Amino acid sequence: MAKKKAEGYLSGRESRRISRANRKVTNELEKKRKRKKVPESEYLTKMHDPDNAVEFDNLHTYFFTDAGTVKSVDGVSFEVPIGKTVGVVGESGCGKSVTSLSLMQLLQRPQGQVVEGEIRLNLGDKAVDVAKMPYEAVQHLRGNFVSMIFQEPMTSLNPVFRIGDQINEVIELHDGEGKSKEDVKKRTIELLEMVGIANSEGVYRMFPHELSGGMRQRVCIAMALACNPKVIIADEPTTALDVTIQAQVLDLLRSLKDKINSSIMFITHDLGVIAEMADYVVVMYAGRIVEKGTAEDIFYHPAHPYTIGLMASKPVVGRQVDKLYSIPGKVPNPVNMPDYCYFKDRCEMCVEKCGGEYPCEVSLSPTHKVSCYRYYDGQMPEDVNPAAAGEKAENGDPAEGQKPGDLSTAADKDQEGGDVS
Amino acid sequence: MSKQSGSAGGKISASDTKGRGEYTPVTYDPQYILMVNELKKYFPIKGGMMSRTVGQVKAVDGVTFNLKRGTTMGLVGESGCGKTTTGRTILRLSGEKTGGQVLFNGKEVYELSNKEMRSMRTKMQIIFQDPFSSLSPRLPVGEIIGEAVREHNLVPKAEFNDYIDKVMDNCGLQPFHKERYPHEFSGGQRQRICIARALALNPEFVVCDEPVSALDVSIQAQIINLLKELQEQYKLTYLFISHDLSVVEHISDTVGVMYLGNLVEYGKTEDIFRNPLHPYTKALFSAIPVPDPNAKMNRIVLEGSIPSPANPPTGCKFHTRCANCTQRCKEEAPMQREVEPGHYVVCHLYDK
Ligand SMILES: Nc1ncnc2c1ncn2[C@@H]1O[C@H](COP(=O)(O)OP(=O)(O)OP(=O)(O)O)[C@@H](O)[C@H]1O
Ligand SMILES: Nc1ncnc2c1ncn2[C@@H]1O[C@H](COP(=O)(O)OP(=O)(O)OP(=O)(O)O)[C@@H](O)[C@H]1O
Ligand code: SF4
Ligand code: SF4
Ligand SMILES: [Mg+2]
Ligand SMILES: [Mg+2]
Repeated sequence: MAKKKAEGYLSGRESRRISRANRKVTNELEKKRKRKKVPESEYLTKMHDPDNAVEFDNLHTYFFTDAGTVKSVDGVSFEVPIGKTVGVVGESGCGKSVTSLSLMQLLQRPQGQVVEGEIRLNLGDKAVDVAKMPYEAVQHLRGNFVSMIFQEPMTSLNPVFRIGDQINEVIELHDGEGKSKEDVKKRTIELLEMVGIANSEGVYRMFPHELSGGMRQRVCIAMALACNPKVIIADEPTTALDVTIQAQVLDLLRSLKDKINSSIMFITHDLGVIAEMADYVVVMYAGRIVEKGTAEDIFYHPAHPYTIGLMASKPVVGRQVDKLYSIPGKVPNPVNMPDYCYFKDRCEMCVEKCGGEYPCEVSLSPTHKVSCYRYYDGQMPEDVNPAAAGEKAENGDPAEGQKPGDLSTAADKDQEGGDVS
Repeated sequence: MSKQSGSAGGKISASDTKGRGEYTPVTYDPQYILMVNELKKYFPIKGGMMSRTVGQVKAVDGVTFNLKRGTTMGLVGESGCGKTTTGRTILRLSGEKTGGQVLFNGKEVYELSNKEMRSMRTKMQIIFQDPFSSLSPRLPVGEIIGEAVREHNLVPKAEFNDYIDKVMDNCGLQPFHKERYPHEFSGGQRQRICIARALALNPEFVVCDEPVSALDVSIQAQIINLLKELQEQYKLTYLFISHDLSVVEHISDTVGVMYLGNLVEYGKTEDIFRNPLHPYTKALFSAIPVPDPNAKMNRIVLEGSIPSPANPPTGCKFHTRCANCTQRCKEEAPMQREVEPGHYVVCHLYDK
């Protein structure tokens, strides 16, 4: 793999050496995964808490590239309780999608590999560790039990098949027993209507390129919900949708959640959507979790400087600023991570101890955890008064709907917080 | 700013009241870099064994607006209402238009020769909504961004590498990204590659189709600040398509609200956000999610069936879902009104 090299980059020889070493590692891992008829006992496990649907435990997912090992997910642990929604936010490229793809075993092969940790999945009568499962076994889980709405709809739609046929196929594959062709079609049309697609008969016969971005996304949502999955991974499912249809899709996900008690792992950059949907929030930065807690914890008492910066960056309707706040600096190179806090080079709230090794997790409350030196001596984050924020949302004239001016919330206060330090 | 000298008729919509394809031509007004007049784009619906055309999707059905140099127009509206098609049709990226005019610097874009069109391509750029399908999987990122720059000889050879590095840095990409391939990037990182590719060509006019929705808010802020800086520096003009109304409010000078192929409301950003008039605009604003887990929302839920652009409702196209619908709305398409200076709406409620 001797490519034209950029200044100060790897030499062709070095790159070839890395490439050889990579192949050795990935071949071995692949061989293990590709085995057939693996006894179930090899990957059966026990949930640490039976009320959880999924438990990520110290997950490490690496990409073995020619430029070195990209540690996309580097020790991530969190739970998705049954019937609850966990929102995942974080810097673009911090490993949110890779975390969810690890659960589905849909990482790009062979370079993408789960190298350490467990992903325990509660199947009701038993629990499995997806990280140890061979491909063959995982296939049965996808669609039936766990299903995923992808960030980029074209990755899950086949450009040469009609929309209707693609959804029919999913239904037939997982749920088709005893269904006639007409029944399947009826169900497909019903699903398309459920996600708010007008002209469902017409769209049934269209090809993906004939749909708008948001319509493609809704087709993917329909496909993912076709078989009433117990765990739904939604990777930015509503980014391509306007706010009215977004509200409709969020309602749909919520009602499905209530109806069959599904759990949702919801990845999005829209803090407003997270606030609305999530029971728990996980904040990731550079492959690790820097803060997690209930939605109230994160929105009213954001503790990690990254979370605080994130909240301050969001433009708010009705609040005029010349320049938006944005966290200065860049994420470190994932091939070559520093040995101190990954956020230190961008952090505006550093304390003396920050030069030390990567900070470990501190509990601020039974639900609220943060990895940051500022809280080592028990200092608590400042409250963002929830009462005040609630008041503001209420005093709009309901007849006129939400007035833009009333939308200022938690983020206002965080802006100040960010500026002070 | 839309209705001034030249654009006679005073209509941004309500094409149904006129015969198809008819419009009053506009004459060039130099203060506008882009003049779009009664633009239409229909897609044929094929059906049956012979793939005959059995109908038409009226994706863009008579859109009129003018854009001053160095300003930003935000375009919002329901998913599938024709925003992307409007942007692509202006850039002549989806075959022939069905009707209307697109004047870029006074020249009809659809009458340019191939050679003229090629040089025009660097001046008019688009940042695509779906970065995954618009990036070649076989080229490393440095090449994707630099390809057209080299082709059009925009910078001297000796400065090429530095130039690409600078553009990438501006868009939040790092030098070590240059050698990697698109599939090795996250969704948001890919979007930044698209932005860098478009901005590298020093365009005059950029259609930004959901440029920041795949990015985390901090990088969103960084890109928006960058777009604004470039605008000030080079007098860039943007058509900014987005579902994120807070971003639209921040970046736009004017805002157009689309519904089913037509602009239904248009005006200065402050006016639209302070005083939304059209029932659809009101419903849209009421659904903005608030970053507060205990916020109480007063959403206007749009009832009724969502009409299809292949078979739009008679009269006002919004009447199937409008809470204020009257008999007249079902029969007669509303005309455009100027309710306050520069603030236009297409709705019978504002008839005097
Ligand atoms: N196939 C691959 N080869 C090499 N690196 C990869 C590959 N896929 C992802 N990565 C890297 O892994 C990291 C995490 O990517 P991931 O897609 O999980 O980000 P994300 O958090 O979902 O971001 P976004 O919000 O932009 O979608 C990124 O730095 C990305 O460059
Ligand atoms: N190539 C095509 N062939 C047929 N119909 C098309 C084609 N491209 C778009 N359409 C139709 O035109 C309409 C408008 O699509 P467009 O992509 O412009 O919507 P949009 O406003 O950008 O929506 P979104 O916000 O979801 O991206 C849709 O009904 C779509 O199905
Ligand atoms: S540990 Fe220090 S450098 Fe890291 S986020 Fe906390 S305060 Fe900032
Ligand atoms: S014209 Fe009538 S149906 Fe149309 S938006 Fe106005 S009130 Fe509603
Ligand atoms: Mg992602
Ligand atoms: Mg679009």
